[in-house]
Amino acid sequence: MIGGLVALALDKSVLRQLGEGRRTVVVTGTNGKSTTTRMTAAALGTLGSVATNAEGANMDAGLVAALAGSRDASLAALEVDEMHVPHVADAVEPAVIVLLNLSRDQLDRVGEINHIERTLRGGLARHPSTVVVANCDDVLMTSAAYDSPHVVWVAAGGGWANDSVSCPRSGEIIARDGGHWYSTGTDFKRPTPQWWYDDANIYGPDGLSLPMTLALPGTVNRGNATQAVAAAVTLGADPAAAVAAVSGVDEVAGRYSTVQLGAHSVRMLLAKNPAGWQEALSMVDTDAGSVVISVNGQVPDGEDLSWLWDVNFEHFVEKPVVAAGERGTDLAVRLGYAGVEHTLVHNAVEAITSCPPGHVEVVANYTAFLQLNRTFGRSGRG
Amino acid sequence: MRIGLVLPDVMGTYGDGGNSVVLRQRLRLRGFDAEIVEITLSDPVPSELDLYTLGGAEDYAQRLATKHLKQYPGLQQAAGRGAPVLAICAAIQVLGHWYETSSGERVDGVGLLDVTTSPQRERTIGEVVSQPLVEGLTEKLTGFENHRGGTILGSAAQPLAKVISGAGNRAGDGIDGAVQGSVVATYLHGPCLARNPQLADHLLSKVVGELKPLDIDEVAQLRRERLAAPRRV
Repeated sequence: MIGGLVALALDKSVLRQLGEGRRTVVVTGTNGKSTTTRMTAAALGTLGSVATNAEGANMDAGLVAALAGSRDASLAALEVDEMHVPHVADAVEPAVIVLLNLSRDQLDRVGEINHIERTLRGGLARHPSTVVVANCDDVLMTSAAYDSPHVVWVAAGGGWANDSVSCPRSGEIIARDGGHWYSTGTDFKRPTPQWWYDDANIYGPDGLSLPMTLALPGTVNRGNATQAVAAAVTLGADPAAAVAAVSGVDEVAGRYSTVQLGAHSVRMLLAKNPAGWQEALSMVDTDAGSVVISVNGQVPDGEDLSWLWDVNFEHFVEKPVVAAGERGTDLAVRLGYAGVEHTLVHNAVEAITSCPPGHVEVVANYTAFLQLNRTFGRSGRG
Repeated sequence: MRIGLVLPDVMGTYGDGGNSVVLRQRLRLRGFDAEIVEITLSDPVPSELDLYTLGGAEDYAQRLATKHLKQYPGLQQAAGRGAPVLAICAAIQVLGHWYETSSGERVDGVGLLDVTTSPQRERTIGEVVSQPLVEGLTEKLTGFENHRGGTILGSAAQPLAKVISGAGNRAGDGIDGAVQGSVVATYLHGPCLARNPQLADHLLSKVVGELKPLDIDEVAQLRRERLAAPRRV
């Protein structure tokens, strides 16, 4: 990271130079960026060597460091923060931009959601030859991509519709009818997808149908995988090889992995915003053991934890939960009013060791996750 | 007791629905029957509920909400007979005479509050501490604000609180919120009642009369933590 910052200070066009001569896929959206980038890199790996920012450093310095570290790679899969996409795209001229989903995320830091959509839309307008692989189940990402001449539409799922009741193009209501949606204010409706998935298969253009079994849990990751495959196939990957590659991804920067901490086996899930929390909580296996939820409120997390009240913790009424993290008290109050039996142990490691021996499912937000990951790094990965 | 959660589909940017949960639970924990009635854009606004809460919104959603509340004036009728209304963040703007959007367009409001709102030069974001100015409220209010709109009170509306740290209604004015009739409004957004149980009970007691104390240790601990937290942004 330090190397990246120095390089930027030395030459602002360094990103442009590093991007030249490669076919680059930029991946952005509120949730699933790191996972989809990891899957896209795996799928592109069937075509050649791939530069990628595997550690989730998704602003300029991280991108420079990733590209500079793999000068010979002919391909790149870059996770890019939503607000950084326009100027990164101007620099690296991506072959493909993958748009996952947009929902509220750390509003005290990144601003309101309609502003982010308009920023992305404006950025894409400057790159008419780029292929946009966009999630047509997400109203805001569909709006960002709608005017682009080359769009591959993917039905990647849209579990969190709360931020798209109003049409981003007219301000009127978005009407929904099953999976379909349309604006009541202007000619703007869900496009027909070229790619989609179900519990068993992935489906693509020209009758393509392939079985897809992922190592990662959760329906949301099947959507991420479908977008990654669509992006790689756009650049010439063989669909079956791409599906095999994304299916093998089993860990993303420590997420989803299980580590041993003394008498406890610990599975770690990361969640950063209401939509991400709802997804992560749906992956928690409450039958497998105890549950620890760890929440911080540092700058990268967003200092405002109001979103805790958008998450349906009532899910856990059958199961006691340990509230942890620097803002564990905020969480404990939320759980209390949700009627969820809980204890409060601020230190996340102590929270885990307070559980009966055996398996512990941990859900943490960003810096809480990093703190735990560092602890596990020191104590040796299982 | 029936608590109206007004237009959570468009007005609930920051977990504002949490206020209705806090109100319901504080009644249930004292043995009252209480339920939340969600009123969406597909429903007319009923006038017979006991208490109403409204949350914040972004520009487009705020405009849809304003239009709906004017088309189905159940909230205005309820407030007219004295039902308590809690209005959070953008809901102050919606309930006022008019508000100006960030693009400079003036939108007529519901007219329940003698206030008007125009964009400030910059968003005001961060932790807020204030001292209430309303009889019956003695404990400091703590919350988080995040708004561009700056609100000015007319003579019929009284401020809810004097700001100790943070911006409140408009940077520099030193006051937060508005109280007029049965409407209580504040820029402490999201689930502000989670941190301010006295304000929650103040609203509830207007419906059910005096309430016996309900002390929750974790809520007291949360207040201590947040009142000690510096405003960072």
